[in-house]
Amino acid sequence: MPTRTLTPPTETVERALIVDPGQRVPGRARAYPLRREGPAKLTGAAKYTDDLVFPGAWYGATIRSTEAHARLLAIEPDPDADWSKVVIVTAADIPGHNVVASIKDDQPILVPVGGEIQHHAEPVALLAAPDRETLRQLKGRIRLVTEQLPAVFDPEVSAHVFAQYEIKDGDLEAGFGEAELVLEGSYRVGHQEQLYIENQAIIAVPAEGGGIEIHGSMQCPYYVHNALKRALQMDNVQARVIQEETGGGFGGKEEYPSMVALHASLLALKCRRPVRMIYDRHEDISATTKRHPAVIRHRTGVKRDGTIVAQDIQIVMDGGAYCTLTPVVLSRGALHAGGPYRCPNVRIRARATRTNTPPNGAFRGFGAPQVEFAVETHLNRIAEALELSPAEIRRCNAYDEGDRTPTGQVLRDSVAAHEALEQAVAASHFERFRAMTAAEAKARRGSGTIPEEPYRTGASRTARGIGLALGWHGAGFTGAGEVHLASVASVELTADGRIRVLTAQTEMGQGTKTIFPQLIARELGVPVDWVEYPSQDTAEVPNSGPTVASRTAMVVGGLCIKAARRLKAEVEGRNGGLPFHEVFRDDAASHGATRIDERFEPFPGEPFDEERYRGDAYPAFGWAAAVATVQVDLDTGEVSVQDVIAVDEVGTVIHPILCEGQVEGGTLQAVGYATIEEMKVEDGRYVNDRLATYLIPTALDAPHIRSILVEAPYPHVPHGAKGVGELPMDVGAPAVVAAIHDATGTWITELPATPERILAALAASSPEAAA
Amino acid sequence: MSTFRFLVNGSPAEVEAPGMRRLLDVLREDLGLTGTKEGCGEGECGACSVLLDGQVVDACLVPVCQVEGRIVRTVEGLALAARQRGELDSLQEAFLEHGAAQCGICTPGMLMAARAYLDAGGGPDEADIREAIAGNLCRCTGYTKIVDAIAAVAGPEGA
Repeated sequence: MPTRTLTPPTETVERALIVDPGQRVPGRARAYPLRREGPAKLTGAAKYTDDLVFPGAWYGATIRSTEAHARLLAIEPDPDADWSKVVIVTAADIPGHNVVASIKDDQPILVPVGGEIQHHAEPVALLAAPDRETLRQLKGRIRLVTEQLPAVFDPEVSAHVFAQYEIKDGDLEAGFGEAELVLEGSYRVGHQEQLYIENQAIIAVPAEGGGIEIHGSMQCPYYVHNALKRALQMDNVQARVIQEETGGGFGGKEEYPSMVALHASLLALKCRRPVRMIYDRHEDISATTKRHPAVIRHRTGVKRDGTIVAQDIQIVMDGGAYCTLTPVVLSRGALHAGGPYRCPNVRIRARATRTNTPPNGAFRGFGAPQVEFAVETHLNRIAEALELSPAEIRRCNAYDEGDRTPTGQVLRDSVAAHEALEQAVAASHFERFRAMTAAEAKARRGSGTIPEEPYRTGASRTARGIGLALGWHGAGFTGAGEVHLASVASVELTADGRIRVLTAQTEMGQGTKTIFPQLIARELGVPVDWVEYPSQDTAEVPNSGPTVASRTAMVVGGLCIKAARRLKAEVEGRNGGLPFHEVFRDDAASHGATRIDERFEPFPGEPFDEERYRGDAYPAFGWAAAVATVQVDLDTGEVSVQDVIAVDEVGTVIHPILCEGQVEGGTLQAVGYATIEEMKVEDGRYVNDRLATYLIPTALDAPHIRSILVEAPYPHVPHGAKGVGELPMDVGAPAVVAAIHDATGTWITELPATPERILAALAASSPEAAA
Repeated sequence: MSTFRFLVNGSPAEVEAPGMRRLLDVLREDLGLTGTKEGCGEGECGACSVLLDGQVVDACLVPVCQVEGRIVRTVEGLALAARQRGELDSLQEAFLEHGAAQCGICTPGMLMAARAYLDAGGGPDEADIREAIAGNLCRCTGYTKIVDAIAAVAGPEGA
């Protein structure tokens, strides 16, 4: 497999993982187009939803439940308040189905009277008022009469199953029979909030013909479009959805904007004017989707040399109160649960259940970060038990070309687990650093200058450590997902000679608006500025599928390139074979517009059997490795993540700066997941539902992140790209936890690794505790 | 309602507002300067950072009565202040070249915090830069490219 590393490791000696942050690479940015909407964002000219002015618009608010499970008996507006100047919407006002269209259609837009409230902060009624003050005052004067019902909070005891899968390969009993060591482990991860800095925001504007026009912050205009059509009984034209500049998504704006848009639309249709539904941070955190919490159990059999011979894995995910995208999140979790390692005898059992907590949904990684934290930590524990290096045990087991995954998928193309691993090991001087930390730990151990502080000496209050993780991420939608989507993307030469790329792929910071024109300009041989990328408006662009699953660059980018090639051939064919860039304007003038629609065709390989969970789960996988170094304060348990080397193999790098941006940002989200991002839940309510209490890393908390991009092109898309968005999210957390172990000698098996958990683990492993 | 007069990006502004109205709302709604963003409304995220007499403040925590007679700078005034003929000043240009803006929602506040740091004579030292932007949350970049961009402007070859 030919691979290429884009940023070769630099040689440094003592501080192995530090790169000079001020290092400037002259002229590098200029080799690639600058971010297209960058100047608008940098001058404040870019218009996000809340920046838009609609004269006469009212303000909308959502009345939410304050119980986790209850029957709604009545909605009672205070009779002493003046309701004449506002509009109230309840479930009775919904013209079509009272469901937020999704996989199972089980989530109501508003809980009807007589219906069941299933979670805290569930929408029950809506209110719109001409000004914010009236809205605020009256919002507090709607009383919900309820009858409390018993609530379920533990996903392991919940009997309501949203989805379950079993993947089996080989003979598990025989595998454990030949094992020389069997290790069991249990791992837990909690909720994680996407925490895009722009809150959920939608403005609904009534349109002629009883229609509605949505302006909003979102990843998937066609998801919103579909939800509107269902609930409001509208056709394709009556419902129109326009994505505005979007201040981050990370999955959090995949499905939830449908709910916000439905609410804003119901109010706008009733009060016959635009309604602004702009969440504040508190509402956004308390009500919107989070990463699924999970409990993952591993039982693994290995040979003395580290070869994995049997893996028995059980996953339970907490779906929250409604199904949302849970079956697909769980599916991705199950398919990634074994890690990027060959194993002949496997059983993976996965189920997701309902609890009376706010629904969980899409978040960068989509089920994979949870299971990869578990498998990587478990493998590191096996390495420790066998006295093998974490790098060595991965060398021994990581997939090679031709290996089979647990679904029987033969890895034929673009397999680069070993390349990612070796780059990370070399760039971090992993073994040498590990030898240093081992020597430091030995010097510390038992020096005992402070009573009851076995790991500390008077001289060293902190301990440092290094940790490694390897990961994989299936490219594009799971299983037959892309076939079901049947995406269409278009490239158009207009009659007035403009070149337009038409897709529904949204820009939310990751670079869609820059790389699509870049790819098409290269195909057509024209300057990048000549290629237009019109806005994501359902009245204008075809449904090229959602902007999720790291599929934009790979799947839709591939469709656009194919469309551009066909356009080029057609125009050149009409013009005696002269190059496109010389003739397209004249061709447009004489021939008129030419539009090429390219529809998705299945990738080669064994079709995925969704019933039996056999076949090619993904067309290909991206491969990632991370090495983290940490410093742990042995008195307080506080962890400072110092450096992360993030190696990501993405097929082909389209735009190195944007690609690195994805790696660095994803890595920091993973570091936050590992260390400080914790959602406390009490009686089904998020307790720390403010930015003052739910913490994400600041510039001071963030480690130095050095990204190394590796290329092993995927041959069945024209540009070879596999996507990058989610990959770095999968490996950061287990690398940090491994580094904490290297520093302290204790394994943290529940994320995040808070100071409290680290101190508890240290206390439990101290010689006093053992005695 | 009272009348408040102050300078915004070099131009005099006069607004009629209750004294406790947030500077953030005055800028965005009364003066139409929507470049300044709201991320949390409680002084945690820094998306609404503006300069008040050269100091970084969270516009969501500043009542307009405290702005009377003072000088406010927002992202809309950056290129203006640099007296550049081009669209972007050197700091904005560095952000663009280094890939320091992704979704862009934290960018205006981040730029203002960086501007204050540079105007106060801040240099290319990484730790100093991180300290200067510690009040501004970014969820996209991992901060690496933001620090690089600011260092490039602060460095010997910077503007």
